[in-house]
Amino acid sequence: MATKTDNQKAWFFVLPVVVLVAFNALIPLMTVVNYSVQETFGNNLFFWEGVGWFEQVLHSERFHAALGRQLMFTGIILAIEIPLGVAIALTMPRQGPWVPVCLVLMALPLLIPWNVVGSMWNIFALPEIGLLGRAINAMGIDYNYTQQPLAAWFTVILMDVWHWTSLVVLLAYAGLISIPDAYYQAAKIDGAKAWAVFRHIQLPKMKRVLTIAILLRFIDSFMIYTEPFVLTGGGPGNSTTFLSIDLVKIALGQFDLGPAGAMSLIYFVITLLVSWVFYTLMTRDDPK
Amino acid sequence: MDLTWMAWTWPTAALFVFIFASIALMGVLEWKFPGGAPRRGILGLDTTRGDRLFLSLLGSAFIFLGWLGLMGTPLWGFLAIAAAWSAFVFWKV
Repeated sequence: MATKTDNQKAWFFVLPVVVLVAFNALIPLMTVVNYSVQETFGNNLFFWEGVGWFEQVLHSERFHAALGRQLMFTGIILAIEIPLGVAIALTMPRQGPWVPVCLVLMALPLLIPWNVVGSMWNIFALPEIGLLGRAINAMGIDYNYTQQPLAAWFTVILMDVWHWTSLVVLLAYAGLISIPDAYYQAAKIDGAKAWAVFRHIQLPKMKRVLTIAILLRFIDSFMIYTEPFVLTGGGPGNSTTFLSIDLVKIALGQFDLGPAGAMSLIYFVITLLVSWVFYTLMTRDDPK
Repeated sequence: MDLTWMAWTWPTAALFVFIFASIALMGVLEWKFPGGAPRRGILGLDTTRGDRLFLSLLGSAFIFLGWLGLMGTPLWGFLAIAAAWSAFVFWKV
């Protein structure tokens, strides 16, 4: 049961954040809502369109395809990064001189800017000059991510796994080292096997951080733009054109601000829904 | 202050006035009838009045998209379903 307080002064401390959010989120969002019901040809001239753009986007095969690709991408990277991150965290030492080494190694990919990651992998995976591309081709596999959709998907996923698994590792590791030794000693006395220790001690204790990891990775991968844009430019064809890449193509490439506004809002409410579900799951068991 | 770049229209302005008025109404309700502490509804969620308003609005957004995708215009049906959904959320969730 939550207790209520009569001290309302805290509102003034919240005020700067409210102003900041208003400027960097609320006003742009309002503008997008305004754009989504109008047509413009530039020069700040707008013509009323109603809900037509929403209808167009909802029935657009292009949007369905981009949304499908986006969901598939997010699903695949979550299915790889979360178990892999937990597995790596489990193998990391809990104490000793190797702890800082492991932590720094894990943190390295996270420090590299998105566009640099994209450029690195762009060259690394090129079939003629890239180490990865040449190695795969040397093994007798025909691999060229600039021409084969499957190879492009493989490269984009591998790049994301390389870039972001560390985040899951670090979060899972933080959850793991917070487990008191007494739990492990009790498990040892009971003769628990490694799997039982993982299932009944480590996993429940990591639940909170893993939910945060899934939420962060979901939101980040669902709005991924820079890395695939730099790596594949959404190609070959449209095979790696995810939602945000398609959105930018419509808004800035074609200057169709109306449909882009409608698409942004649909994109926004999907993200909001999933974030709400995760947030609710995360805080449901909190003591009130 | 020149706000032409924001491309305001009356319907979108009305939408935001409605949303902000609803948030303000939650504040007034709490002030007038205190007791907005979380309660457990039929979905097993602990929700305050603000949470229920959020759920009503988010649900209405999806009802709007669903109605528009399946039935198209006019939107009276959407309004009716969204109102019913909001009433359900405030009453039971």
